[in-house]
Amino acid sequence: MTKYILKRILIAIPVLIGITVIDYAIMCLAGSPLEMLQGPRISEAAVEAKAIALGLDQPFYVQYFVWLGQLLQGNLGYSIKNYQPVGEMIASHLGPTLLLMGVSLVVSILLAVPAGIYSAIHQYSKGDYTVVTLSFLGSSIPGFFLAMLLIYLFTVKLGWLPSGGMTTLGTNGGFLDVAVHMVMPVIVLAVSMAGTNIRYIRSAVLEILQQDYLRTARAKGIGRFLVINKHALRNALIPIVTVIGMEIPVLFGGSIIVEEVFSWPGLGLMTMTAITNRDYPVIMGVCLLSAVVVLVGNLITDILYAVADPTIQLQ
Amino acid sequence: MTKKKDITNETYMQTVLRRFRAHRLAKISLVVFVVLCAAALLAPVIAPYDPDEIVGAFSAPPSREFLLGTDQIGRDVFSRLLYATRVSLLVGVLATLISTVIGVVLGLIAGYFGGVADMILMRFTDMVMSFPYILLVLVAAAIFRPGLWSIILILGFVDWPGVARLVRGNVLSLRETNFVKGNLVAGMPLRHILFSEILPNTVAPILVYATSVMALSMLDEAALSFLGMGVQPPTASLGNMLNGAQSITVLTKQPWLWLPPGILIVVLVISINFIGDALRDALDPSGGK
Repeated sequence: MTKYILKRILIAIPVLIGITVIDYAIMCLAGSPLEMLQGPRISEAAVEAKAIALGLDQPFYVQYFVWLGQLLQGNLGYSIKNYQPVGEMIASHLGPTLLLMGVSLVVSILLAVPAGIYSAIHQYSKGDYTVVTLSFLGSSIPGFFLAMLLIYLFTVKLGWLPSGGMTTLGTNGGFLDVAVHMVMPVIVLAVSMAGTNIRYIRSAVLEILQQDYLRTARAKGIGRFLVINKHALRNALIPIVTVIGMEIPVLFGGSIIVEEVFSWPGLGLMTMTAITNRDYPVIMGVCLLSAVVVLVGNLITDILYAVADPTIQLQ
Repeated sequence: MTKKKDITNETYMQTVLRRFRAHRLAKISLVVFVVLCAAALLAPVIAPYDPDEIVGAFSAPPSREFLLGTDQIGRDVFSRLLYATRVSLLVGVLATLISTVIGVVLGLIAGYFGGVADMILMRFTDMVMSFPYILLVLVAAAIFRPGLWSIILILGFVDWPGVARLVRGNVLSLRETNFVKGNLVAGMPLRHILFSEILPNTVAPILVYATSVMALSMLDEAALSFLGMGVQPPTASLGNMLNGAQSITVLTKQPWLWLPPGILIVVLVISINFIGDALRDALDPSGGK
């Protein structure tokens, strides 16, 4: 087990280094930080002096290592727009995003796992067709369009839910207030994730149901309930773990659009603002953070595989 | 009971067709998709007005003159919708084509040659896949000037890792088959083995995967254009037609401006997904039935 985990971590290290290289390369491609200095009032000499002070006269690879050294000390650079440290900006926006993502993940799993298993057990029944068709609908509807439909229905027509933000303006927002603001963003994120996952879990469970050990379990006459809940579900854990692993990057991406539409004050909204302002240090800081989170998520998924399925370690 | 047909002697294509027809939703989807494609292709013939020209009052509701009303500056929504479908389909098809070609080439190289090439390519694939997809697309759209062609290129160049992995996996297993080994022994050139022996045997899964890539590219184009980072006005795309609905007047009072393009995206994407699903069943050689 330890050997397997160590191997996984060793594979992840070059990928992590590669991620920082790509991140840095994109940032260089985006333009030099000197551009914002240029103007009629600044002399050539002053720009050159600034370039030397920032180390921009050094070759590309030296600059990369200097940047990496700063990164390891937790310094992600400064926003071009408001001169705040990127690290602090991310830290202050992380909470609302994590809350939104966490709740959406839980809701989508609570939707997808029972629906997928039900659909597989009752294959080709009316219920199965309904679930599969709905799941196709869920993965085919653009998040922002669903968001607009929900706002139209729940805010404009019924007036039940607020259309955006995290708390009602002017109040500190108690638990209930935040929960009410979260309903629509969570529905949008959870529906798009559950749409894909239902079909994934369904086909994984279908495959398990055809295995020899399940035929044996049935032949033993232990009853349908025990066959499914004891023998099939234990083995369905692996696809469920896979689904959770796959959802992490989707969550990061989805939250950008959802936060933008519902003006949820999290990382996604901050990223979108940074993108419209061409604030590259902030954008790349978020990119780096999300890539690392995805990588760590994959690592944890791999380790959980080994926990759920002991035969994986042997391969 | 339908009458039983003798299926012992049918060719592979006949089997595929028969299995595809069994998927009722896919049959409907195919008809819908073909009709929409035809409408998009024939847009210049069907469209009653020039899509970029101001032809009526501002935000007029649907009438006999303007089937789906007019937009905020008086352009005919129905005509714009036809042209927008054209743009969205173009983005979907071309982005899918680019990413599939890149993915197939990299996957073939990684799978067939193995060793260092495989390791480098697959680690690179891992790196690209680690960045959340839509974030990467947004960053690219921020760096390059947004527009129709940059969107197609960005989506095409970001979407290949899935195809590359799929092809690599298939090549790995095909490399061990006897017919490929036979070619090696016969001294066939590498080009022949890769493109005439291995590639045709992995076309079916690539085709199925490509349908989902196309569905995703069209969704991403819509999202990007909705955020104002994709296809730029006056060119209409299904996404940027929805962009206007972020204003509360449009959302509450002028549903003809945002409901039709939204519904059209859903219909297009869901029919592509159903067709892909039916193809998966129909092309599966181990599928039985």
